[in-house]
Amino acid sequence: MTNSELSDLEAALRRGAAVDVDAAAAAAAVTTVAAADRAGLVDVAVSTVDSPVGDLFVAVTPKGLVRLAFDPERVLDELAERISPRVVEAPARLDPVRRELDEYFAGRRRAFDLAVDWSLTSGFRRRVLEATARIPTGHVTTYGALAQQVGKPTAARAVGNAVGSNPVAIVVPCHRVVPAAGGVGNYGGGPERKAFLLDLEGAR
Amino acid sequence: MRPPPFQTFLENHRDSVYRFLVFSVGPDAADDCLQETFIAALRAYPRLEDGSNLRAWVLTIAHRKAIDAHRGRARRPVPAADLPERPAPAVTVPDPGLWQAVGELPPKQRAAIVLRFVSDLPFREVGRILDISEAAARQNVREGLAHLRKEYADDEQRAV
Repeated sequence: MTNSELSDLEAALRRGAAVDVDAAAAAAAVTTVAAADRAGLVDVAVSTVDSPVGDLFVAVTPKGLVRLAFDPERVLDELAERISPRVVEAPARLDPVRRELDEYFAGRRRAFDLAVDWSLTSGFRRRVLEATARIPTGHVTTYGALAQQVGKPTAARAVGNAVGSNPVAIVVPCHRVVPAAGGVGNYGGGPERKAFLLDLEGAR
Repeated sequence: MRPPPFQTFLENHRDSVYRFLVFSVGPDAADDCLQETFIAALRAYPRLEDGSNLRAWVLTIAHRKAIDAHRGRARRPVPAADLPERPAPAVTVPDPGLWQAVGELPPKQRAAIVLRFVSDLPFREVGRILDISEAAARQNVREGLAHLRKEYADDEQRAV
């Protein structure tokens, strides 16, 4: 046994480190996620849905749609911390959400039939957002009117904050809440998106 | 340190676990073992408190699944020819004779060899994954190499 034989053997073993496995590993991971989902091990399924207002980050739990965001930054971490670390990209689980959003943006759907999971909100904020969810398509309301509706007529600012905290954009239509003074007002996704959605719904 | 969202964990470790499995159980069984490894990880994930060395944690699981796969193979009396045809493996392993010989090593030696040379991990990490000391990891690699030299290097010599 010489040193050169030793290094030949080690070199042959080390060639395994250079074999490209990435594509095969990615494919195997997709199968794994599908199996995990069938086994009921995915607490939060996430995916992106493309739309006329850009990519939408969506997340569902067994209870319903828990998150719809324009900006995916930190959203995975938020879901892991607040709901469950078993957050997995499982696009098939998001198919019903994708279908309804497609219909909505194509102008073929006026109201969403999706169940909403309110886990990311609670208390006063949740009351405000549940009231927001009842604003019909094609209508708008003001922060003041919404404040009145939840029984806090002087709390327009707190209502504004609650509306701004909406974890489920579009489906919980916080874009239908506008300032009494006119204009579309603020929006988490930016005023251009808010104006686009209101135009789409025929509310402007 | 809390573990990250499972999706992040899967993306971070998917390739290294798959590579470990390809060279531990062969490319045919690697897909099934990857699935079993990450499903076991997902089951345990909510109870996992410490996310500081998830690579070692998941490779430990993969090592156990590789042992199961080898045991299953040994138990199976009928050769694979009688099984329904499988699609060609997605990864081609260089030097199949060598990896055949690696596959026939005792489980700890096999895993130590793959972790040391294919996964390119230091002995301390190899030991942590196999739940043995750094010295024992070194010893397993040394013994594994000695076995391989007998089984494999002789063939090489003949081939030259």
